[in-house]
Amino acid sequence: MSTNASSQIIRTGSGARFVIYTILALFCLYYLLPLYVMVVNSLKPLSEIQAGGMMALPGDWTLEPWKSAWSTAQIGVAATGLKPYFLNSILMVVPAVAISTVLGALNGYVLTKWRFRGDTIVFGLLLFGCFIPFQMVLIPMARMLGLMGLAGTVPGLIFVHLVYGIGFSTLYFRNYYQQFPTELVRAAMIDGAGFFTIFYRIMLPSSGPIAVVCIIWQFTNIWNDFLFGASFSDFDSQPMTVALNNLVQSSTGVKEYNVHFAGAIMAALPTLLVYIVAGRYFVRGLMAGSVKG
Amino acid sequence: MSFLEIRNATKSYGAVKVLHETNIAVEEGEFLVLVGPSGCGKSTLLSMIAGLEDVTTGDISIKGRSMNGVRPADRNIAMVFQSYALYPNMNVAQNMAFGLEMHGVPKDQRDKAVAQVAELLQIQKLLDRKPGQLSGGQRQRVAMGRALVRDPDVFLFDEPLSNLDAKLRVDMRTEIKKLHQKLGTTIVYVTHDQIEALTLSTRIAVMYGGYVQQLGTPKEIYDNPANMFVAGFMGSPSMNLFPAKVAMENGKAVAKIALADGSTGTLPFPDTKNMAAHDGRDIILGIRPEAITDEDGADRNSTAIHRIDARVEITEPAGSDTFVVTQFGGKEVTGRFRADVDVKAGDTFPFAINMEKAVAFDPKTEERIG
Repeated sequence: MSTNASSQIIRTGSGARFVIYTILALFCLYYLLPLYVMVVNSLKPLSEIQAGGMMALPGDWTLEPWKSAWSTAQIGVAATGLKPYFLNSILMVVPAVAISTVLGALNGYVLTKWRFRGDTIVFGLLLFGCFIPFQMVLIPMARMLGLMGLAGTVPGLIFVHLVYGIGFSTLYFRNYYQQFPTELVRAAMIDGAGFFTIFYRIMLPSSGPIAVVCIIWQFTNIWNDFLFGASFSDFDSQPMTVALNNLVQSSTGVKEYNVHFAGAIMAALPTLLVYIVAGRYFVRGLMAGSVKG
Repeated sequence: MSFLEIRNATKSYGAVKVLHETNIAVEEGEFLVLVGPSGCGKSTLLSMIAGLEDVTTGDISIKGRSMNGVRPADRNIAMVFQSYALYPNMNVAQNMAFGLEMHGVPKDQRDKAVAQVAELLQIQKLLDRKPGQLSGGQRQRVAMGRALVRDPDVFLFDEPLSNLDAKLRVDMRTEIKKLHQKLGTTIVYVTHDQIEALTLSTRIAVMYGGYVQQLGTPKEIYDNPANMFVAGFMGSPSMNLFPAKVAMENGKAVAKIALADGSTGTLPFPDTKNMAAHDGRDIILGIRPEAITDEDGADRNSTAIHRIDARVEITEPAGSDTFVVTQFGGKEVTGRFRADVDVKAGDTFPFAINMEKAVAFDPKTEERIG
């Protein structure tokens, strides 16, 4: 494995190496700068920011802005901090990701191993669903949620994200299962396994890499969604992104930039965490099946 | 009624008929090999027996019970696949026990059955490994073990040896044959390798273009091919097929063969009665390489050895034999000479031809005429 990897590296002279690393380091700095600004300013008293030292390290380190953003800051009309909305987002994102991933896997399984007349059309339509602009479905979706009695609730948001998520998760799993040997399914049929038994005993245990890809993708998209959150939620069901916006918009005199920075980091942390934990599987899963051996 | 009976079974995909009316009866303990080139319908027929494909018309029954509409799991069959199809997420023992588990066999009985079969196939040491950690030959054994554990009525093999290297293939072939002799199970085996078919089977069905061309014992298929396809497909090197003309000489039917130097060779048929009816007709004569030899190497029990002097084009020493190529009727013809015969390309050499083993075909219908 290691010899194989090193044989793929193109050898360059040390001069060229130096140039390459310098450029890479500069790019790294450039991309990390916003994060630096956010972290640094979220740990300063407001007065230091107002004094104009955006880039400077805090003279007086403090966690007050974080505490304020989490539990006491003014969000819209209530001074609750971001805590309840963070919870809303978790309550929305976990079921939405889990269900859309499982349904996507099931769809992919049926579309590749239990082919039926018109299956390519069904898949085409699902794929088409991935690319319908969000704005187009706002009004029909609002009406649907109203009819279902889910308007302005967390389950309503879960439903919306589920509908949008299934297209992508199906696409991922279908392409993955396409490479999965059909003889295995046939062998399991002869062994006496039924439709669902084959799915969870044979297919799912081999789906790790693509499941990770699917979960990261869905998690990031659903967590970061603002449009649906803003359109379909009430005060008590707003997700984190909307609450963050409200935090920044609700002014009670002075703009508390340090609190805003802390809130923004809080809103970004879960997706960051998912990437760090599962990131290496993400790349592996994206490459799965594309290269043999 | 036979153990496994295929009656007028056909298979169509839309308007395309991939398997025409097929009738095969397999007795208990038989080893039937379906052999033919790619796309001949042999794998489709096997899938139909397994229940993985529907029968379009006709019927397949096992032990007198019609299998139409019966799920694969309820047919009491087991199948060994070309890719082995071992479940990658389970270890060897779990792979072998999976079928029993699905059929509700209790754990202790499953373990016992797995242990027995593992001993039979000598794979006890592999039971804890995942398929990914096994070599090709080991996977092959495990795949067979998974089938054996079920103790099914019929074993189905779908080209099980084609993914192995040449040496291992021969070893596993012997092993499968031993296993069949030991256990006396009923086997239907698909292959495109005619040597596998001849060595393993008790009966062979040669298939081509969705038809069973001939069904018979290996010896019948080899010695009495029903048509030119079977003659050419079975045997290696394949049977020499070349044009000849039937004539009558002194009241005996003979084959006249155009030789490369412009002269005509004459080969009398042992069976004048049958061939006399074809007097004057063009035919295709089929003679296997081992029936074309040097004079000393000819079969001493044959009463119909005839000599033709012909120019040697190429010699191919193969260790145990030397293959000698000449031309009969404008076609290349290979003879199988003893290894140490002194013969060189360019020589004119006497070829001894055993006409007892010669067969004749109609050039138009390609069917056997004598």
